[in-house]
Amino acid sequence: MLDLVWLIPAFPLFGFAVLVLFGRKLGDPAAGWLATLMVGGSFAAAIAVFVGLLGLDGEERFAVRTLFEWIPVGNFSVDVGVLIDPLSMTMVLFVTGIATLIHLYAIGYMAGDEKFSKFFIYLNLFVFSMLMLVLGDNLLLTFLGWEGVGACSYLLISFWFGDEANASAGKKAFVTNRIGDFGFMIAAFLTFATIGSIRYVDVLAKAPTMAAVTATAVTLLLLVGACGKSAQLPLYVWLPDAMAGPTPVSALIHAATMVTAGVYLLTRMNPVIAAAYDWAPTTIAWVGGITALFAATIAVAQNDIKKVLAYSTVSQLGYLFLAVGLGGYVPAIFHMITHAFFKALLFLAAGSVIHGMHHEQDMRRFGGLARLLPITAGTFIVGWLAIAGVPPFSGFWSKDEVLAYAWQENKALWVIGLLTALLTAFYMSRQVFLTFFGRYRFGDPSVEELNAAWDTRIAVAGGAGIDAAAAIATAETALDEAVAAVGVAEEAVTAARADADAAAAAAAAVDEASVEAARSAVASAEDKDAKKAAEKALKELEKPAKDAEKALSAAAKAEGAVEAARARVADAEAVVVEARRAAEAAAAAADDVRRAAESGRPRSTAVPLLEAPDASGVEDFLPHEVAHRRAYHPHESPWTMTLPLVLLSGGAIVAGGLNLPFAKSLHVLEHWLEPALFGHETHLELSGTAKIALAAVAVAVGLVGIGSAAAVYLRGRGDRAAIEQSILADAWRVDRSFAWFMGGPGRRSFDLAARFDRTVVDGAVNGVATLVRTASSGLRVAQTGYVRTYALGIALGTVALLVLFLSRAAF
Amino acid sequence: MFVAQTLPTVTASWYVSLAALLFAIGAVGLLVRRNPLVMFMCVELMLNAVNLTFVAFARSMGDLGGQALVFFVMVVAAAEVVVGLAIMVALLRRRPDATTADDVAALRG
Repeated sequence: MLDLVWLIPAFPLFGFAVLVLFGRKLGDPAAGWLATLMVGGSFAAAIAVFVGLLGLDGEERFAVRTLFEWIPVGNFSVDVGVLIDPLSMTMVLFVTGIATLIHLYAIGYMAGDEKFSKFFIYLNLFVFSMLMLVLGDNLLLTFLGWEGVGACSYLLISFWFGDEANASAGKKAFVTNRIGDFGFMIAAFLTFATIGSIRYVDVLAKAPTMAAVTATAVTLLLLVGACGKSAQLPLYVWLPDAMAGPTPVSALIHAATMVTAGVYLLTRMNPVIAAAYDWAPTTIAWVGGITALFAATIAVAQNDIKKVLAYSTVSQLGYLFLAVGLGGYVPAIFHMITHAFFKALLFLAAGSVIHGMHHEQDMRRFGGLARLLPITAGTFIVGWLAIAGVPPFSGFWSKDEVLAYAWQENKALWVIGLLTALLTAFYMSRQVFLTFFGRYRFGDPSVEELNAAWDTRIAVAGGAGIDAAAAIATAETALDEAVAAVGVAEEAVTAARADADAAAAAAAAVDEASVEAARSAVASAEDKDAKKAAEKALKELEKPAKDAEKALSAAAKAEGAVEAARARVADAEAVVVEARRAAEAAAAAADDVRRAAESGRPRSTAVPLLEAPDASGVEDFLPHEVAHRRAYHPHESPWTMTLPLVLLSGGAIVAGGLNLPFAKSLHVLEHWLEPALFGHETHLELSGTAKIALAAVAVAVGLVGIGSAAAVYLRGRGDRAAIEQSILADAWRVDRSFAWFMGGPGRRSFDLAARFDRTVVDGAVNGVATLVRTASSGLRVAQTGYVRTYALGIALGTVALLVLFLSRAAF
Repeated sequence: MFVAQTLPTVTASWYVSLAALLFAIGAVGLLVRRNPLVMFMCVELMLNAVNLTFVAFARSMGDLGGQALVFFVMVVAAAEVVVGLAIMVALLRRRPDATTADDVAALRG
């Protein structure tokens, strides 16, 4: 059965190769099914090997199967071989098992993505690398897998690299891990230098003969490597950012498998740690303890559903380091397994929420989803109870064992662990309450949206004022024009009156008698010509009178025009008055709106959880997104996503059964792992009552955490802002100070190093080149290009040789 | 009366002297002449002067090795002439004005 072991990594490698060649052709979802099938096959092969290993006696459970020679160089030779022992098989079983479920989940989650098949290429390559990491029979092969999972992690974090944030998150993860890898590499070199081999068989056998100084150095360097891969202080910064990747990646790589590689490596090298000075493992424990508490405090203030889980992962990995540092390899592996179950479950359930909520990740926008996403909510609650340490869920058993070790070995670390447990229960309950319980808040306008709506409303009111001012200006222009028209008309009246007076005077000057005489002359005229002349004379005499009449009527008309113009002025004045009144009304309305805005705008940036935000007054001005969200109905995910959730929640419930504390015979995992630990593990020597008391304290602390979260987030007691400090939300400013350092002093020192490289190192190289160039440009004069010169040279040389020979022969 | 004068015996030193003379003529010719063909002939002269030395010493020392070596020198000389003449023909095709050896001085530093 053990000979089947090569199948375990071969399946995902084959899947990777097939998908690279035909992935696009297979497409969505066939490519995903193929990848899932391959990892499932790997799981089946792992079970077969596991059964084979069970058939052997405890001490014989250690086999190496060499596949082929890889690097034979002198006395340094590396084979590609696999190491089968209880530790590697434990890792392989849970890695392949959980990976299968996550592959299945990813088929549903990634459906419709245009890079669907590429996703599964990376995923299969990741599983292959992870399996090489845990199965490799030497440090170099483990390092190969170590780098492979790092590369896949980079590729998958920045999977949607079109978004700048995702791309830089990938880079951050890769660069941060590089620092850790450096430690691992030096540790491997040092191991080879002292032991002369990097095969685990030799290293583990000869580790007790190592000098304590060397063993300590190797341990600390491995710790640096493990801190990078397993996201411990101070190299944890990449993991929260890694949440930019698709959620199945977060679950598989950044919660369940890859991040446990550091713990695996430290456990694998336990004889070296045992050979080191005592303070080396203590350092590991303190790094873990401080990371656990530190990350838990940050998780309390995060609002992104995945960020909470990311910091939670960092915190839980801290527990693993804490356990490893105290010699509790069994509880470390135990908690690693249970954590893999419940954290993968939590991530996948969170992904299901995100999937159902239109890619919203802000928990403040969720609430009340338990009714809408029943399966997701149910499984998430299982994961929550497991991580919060509520019996009988798996997390209770494993965390309790870690805490029991801490109590036995180091009380200070126990206090830290207990505080972390309290915070864990609190932030996980906060997450559950915010997401699944309370009021459904997805349709709520956010603070920014409310402010934007108020701004719109104020702008609209201000616009009315501007319109009114424009109307006033128009009316006033009309008034001015009317007044000007009155002036013109009045001048016309004066002119007409003067005309009329002149005409009247002219008319008065005409003698009445002469008119009469003219009339009689017309009457008495006998012949035609005389009559015509008389009539003409009469007309001449009568004309001034008629002109005077005309001028009078013209003057009267002009007076009428003046009246009309005055009436228009009055009308225009009325319009102006009206416009002013309208402007005043608009200004008053704008003031009202501003006053309403002052009282109606959201008072704080905190999102109200219990009651709906007050949007009265700006309902009509809200951005369109709000209406879209109100019209949206969350939907439960397809079965490919919910089935893994259900199966994982089953694991999260029962995985605690692997190592029940009640009787020696129930310590299944401990007995199973014993051969791989060479007796270097610390044994728990607490009495039954002490164990029960510790468990009671842990449960009480967990319940306090859950209860206080319920009080704050369900009942609205206490000040939410006081808990979610901005410094916590900003991760204690660690990322910011890293960025500051790298941008400032770090950058300057790198520049200095670069300048040293340019001037001193490059200068030396360039100086040699310049020297050679100068010398040769001096020497080139000797080259004339004439054949005769060279011939002369040869001739002279010959003569010189001749002289030499002859002189030699002479003496 | 007729005295039978014995001709002086031709010794190896005669041949060697002749060879030295020929070699000197060749060497001086190579150094002072500019015509490539003449320079070639001078080289041939020098080679054959050496050949003569070889043969003379081979005779006087009774060692056939010297005579055998002459064949090698002749073969090498023939090959050298072939390559050299080919170079000259090719050169004249490209540069018909390059009639003296001094015209070909592209390697001047």
